Amino acid sequence: MRTTQQIKPMAPKPTSIWQHHHILDVDDFTREEIELVFQTTQAMKEVLSRPIKRVPALRGKTLITLFYEPSTRTRLSFELAAKNLGADAASLSAPASSVAKGESLIDTLSTLQALGADIVVMRHPQSGAPYIAAKYVEASIVNAGDGWHAHPTQALLDLYTIHEHKGNFKGLKAVLIGDITHSRVARSNIWGLTTMGAEVTLCCPPTLLPAGLGEQHHHFPLVSIEHDIELALDGADVVMALRLQLERQQSGLLPSIREYIQLYQLTEARLARAKPDALVLHPGPVNEGIEIASAVAHGPQSVINEQVTNGVAVRMALLYILAGSQKQ
Amino acid sequence: MSRKVIMTQDDIRRTLARIAHEIIERNKVIEHLLLVGMHTRGVPLAKRLATDIEDFAKLKIPVGALDISLYRDDLSSLELQPTVKSTDIPVSVDGKSIVLVDDVLYTGRSIRAAMDALIDLGRPRSIQLAVLIDRGHRELPIRADYVGKNMPSSRHEEIQVKLQESDGVDEVAIISTPEVKEGQ
Amino acid sequence: MIKPLLIKGGRIIDPSQQIDEVGSLLVTKGKISWLGKGEAAPPQSDHDVLNARGLMVCPGFVDLHCHLRQPGFEEKETIATGTRAAARGGFTTICCMPNTNPPLDNQTAVEYVKSKAASEGVVRVLPIGCISKGRKGKELAEIGDLAAAGVVAFSDDGEPALSSYIMRQALDYSRAFDLPITDHCEDTVLTEGGQMNEGIISTKLGLRGLPNAAEDIIVARDLALAQLTGGRLHIAHTTTEGAVDLIRRAKEKGIRVTAEVTPHHLTLTEERVIGYNTNAKVNPPLRTEQDIQALIQGLNDNTIDIIATDHAPHTEADKLCEFALAPFGISGFETALGSLMSLVHDEQLTLVTLIAKLTHEPAKILGNKYGRLGTLAIGTEADVTLFDPALEWVVDTRAFASKGKNTPLAGERLKGKVMATIYQGKLVYKVDSVKLKES
Repeated sequence: MRTTQQIKPMAPKPTSIWQHHHILDVDDFTREEIELVFQTTQAMKEVLSRPIKRVPALRGKTLITLFYEPSTRTRLSFELAAKNLGADAASLSAPASSVAKGESLIDTLSTLQALGADIVVMRHPQSGAPYIAAKYVEASIVNAGDGWHAHPTQALLDLYTIHEHKGNFKGLKAVLIGDITHSRVARSNIWGLTTMGAEVTLCCPPTLLPAGLGEQHHHFPLVSIEHDIELALDGADVVMALRLQLERQQSGLLPSIREYIQLYQLTEARLARAKPDALVLHPGPVNEGIEIASAVAHGPQSVINEQVTNGVAVRMALLYILAGSQKQ
Repeated sequence: MSRKVIMTQDDIRRTLARIAHEIIERNKVIEHLLLVGMHTRGVPLAKRLATDIEDFAKLKIPVGALDISLYRDDLSSLELQPTVKSTDIPVSVDGKSIVLVDDVLYTGRSIRAAMDALIDLGRPRSIQLAVLIDRGHRELPIRADYVGKNMPSSRHEEIQVKLQESDGVDEVAIISTPEVKEGQ
Repeated sequence: MIKPLLIKGGRIIDPSQQIDEVGSLLVTKGKISWLGKGEAAPPQSDHDVLNARGLMVCPGFVDLHCHLRQPGFEEKETIATGTRAAARGGFTTICCMPNTNPPLDNQTAVEYVKSKAASEGVVRVLPIGCISKGRKGKELAEIGDLAAAGVVAFSDDGEPALSSYIMRQALDYSRAFDLPITDHCEDTVLTEGGQMNEGIISTKLGLRGLPNAAEDIIVARDLALAQLTGGRLHIAHTTTEGAVDLIRRAKEKGIRVTAEVTPHHLTLTEERVIGYNTNAKVNPPLRTEQDIQALIQGLNDNTIDIIATDHAPHTEADKLCEFALAPFGISGFETALGSLMSLVHDEQLTLVTLIAKLTHEPAKILGNKYGRLGTLAIGTEADVTLFDPALEWVVDTRAFASKGKNTPLAGERLKGKVMATIYQGKLVYKVDSVKLKES
């Protein structure tokens, strides 16, 4: 509570371009909002370049990471982002067993709310869990990955990394290769890339392509589908390889990992079909030698490490913008 | 609502020239000087001061820009989405005699934030403050070293600084508005 | 002794007798005793009067598919609350599914439901028995014993009869009792983990889908087995264009099959799930506009015989969770007519067809074992529903008699409302605006 009296000027108030109390997905982000994230991320990168990588912008705010799935890098990235902004960060690991014990997600969130969380960063194995959470708590919910559905902060850091190298997205050809069905990273990137004006091509075995894509539909962006990796990569500006979960073979979606490597691994020879300055991204963790050849993952076109660095800056930007949009 | 011009283009030019002289006089070792303008209107003011100092002392001094958004103490009460502008200080602040430049000194909270921001960047020799207008109503123990014009004002009034670089015209005006209730 | 009741001046629609005209009905000692056209006055004058002017007067609705949850899941619904919800929806006969705990796979369990219904229910409850012991799909339940206890059909609803072998035996064995086997048609190998219709919305939401093919496959299999055995097959909650086609062709071939469709599958699409609305989570899932058009056509050409609610109440806590953890089901009794009337208002279905599908047609599937139902014929039990086809109202789940508030229609405006329900001559539900004048 502020004690000073503030007098507001009578000037007309421009409306904020940021309209989110939560970050659940990028499907409802406007281009202007994504550009605000880019702009703020730029400032956060400057902070990260200082000897003291810390500003007090979120002093007094409490961020809690609530992870129902194991994660190292995303969680760490959020905790560093929070600490760099002067927020207090605490974490709660809720293994799947606590769900089995009957402690509902809503109960857990109510507890976090009572403990004073301003922002809850949440990862959950069920698609849509953060949406349920957002309905029942006042804290801002940040989706750090829900089931197969969305991973908005990953998509925004991917977009930022592409933006740093390519500037404008208009007309860029982005190719996503791999397990689209089970990939929340792919879904969020499809939304983000198309919102920014890029053209998206999906490349995967037909068994790893979810239903209904490739046609105009008002609930999902239009994407191209190309099952042949070499044709898919022709003239690409951005290439994103997705992690292949090895259990896809056991569930009968793939005959063998060996065959997947033969047909869909991003190799140097295949990458040569893309534009010479094409970027190679991967959301991590990388299965080197499966979805991507080591030489490509560590090659000159790879920006995989930049993605990780940018991850902290983008999350700082998002936390900062969210905190600024919270009601008092 | 009434609006009254309190500084014209000429007034501003003369005032900045005077402040430039004072800065030179106060800082014996001009080589240590670093001017840091605070976003938004402090930045062009700092550049103008640097040009004046260069004219008078025949020495080019570095100018930086500082954004204090990340150091404010009122993030949640801002009406607008805070947009962070970039902080760009071309040289290390270590050992520098920094002159922080802003258009209006009011509660002192922005200056407090700016000092925190500068100290996070390193260890300056000293920090001084130059402002075009001091309108009073301090809430923190902060005082400017160089003041263009003292302009006692009521809290209901707004001091409007316009500069060529951002607004197309050099002018300072005072605007009286009917009392507005606290809006939070 | 209850006074005779005159239901006066409504538009009487009774597809069983091809009646559609303004008139009055007299109910005496729980039976329909007189039907007069126009302003005709009843033969006796000592009666109460229910003013039905401007309302539709039709046989009480007959629902061949609902879940009353008792015994075992009384927190979701009981026979007392479920039958009151049915009355509010205009239903006077409801057939409850046997997926209770214990399941209705033996005479004792069926007797329990019947005695509860007799003591606590306000409308007629006709239980459906299990196909297999414990609904496990392994061994046939004692179908003969269940038939003797008064079940009206057999079903392992909630689960399909996945074994083709068991399904064949059930269709064959039940011929001896002339009772239908009601199957929930879903190839569960194909739908494992499925949460909603498979398509662009499941892709958008990142939810595992239940494809149309999973329904079509089991419908096709069941039809082949019905043809093989000559047994009576009833397809529960048809939802796909493919299933409608299969049933249509089977009927052309003379296979003994009947089929039902629910109000929600006729009026809502998969888009209802967007936002992870667990109240729109139902199995079979809400499908697409294309499927809806096929279902409506199926109703109109009698490929689909009846409308059944599949009223499936759940507690708020059941539904207040992650989408994948929420149970399937929509609480359907109290919104059935209001949502179905949208099809009449849009001229996709005539009012007479709609009423036939809710009264005479389901009664035909039940047969005459429990008396003549779904009719206003003189001498039959006076089960009568009065509704206003044009009254607009907002669905307020707090006003539901059902314990299940789980409907995707909460807060929505429907046009068409049940105004009064009479069961065996007793007024079991009435809105305040319908005036009863006692003599």
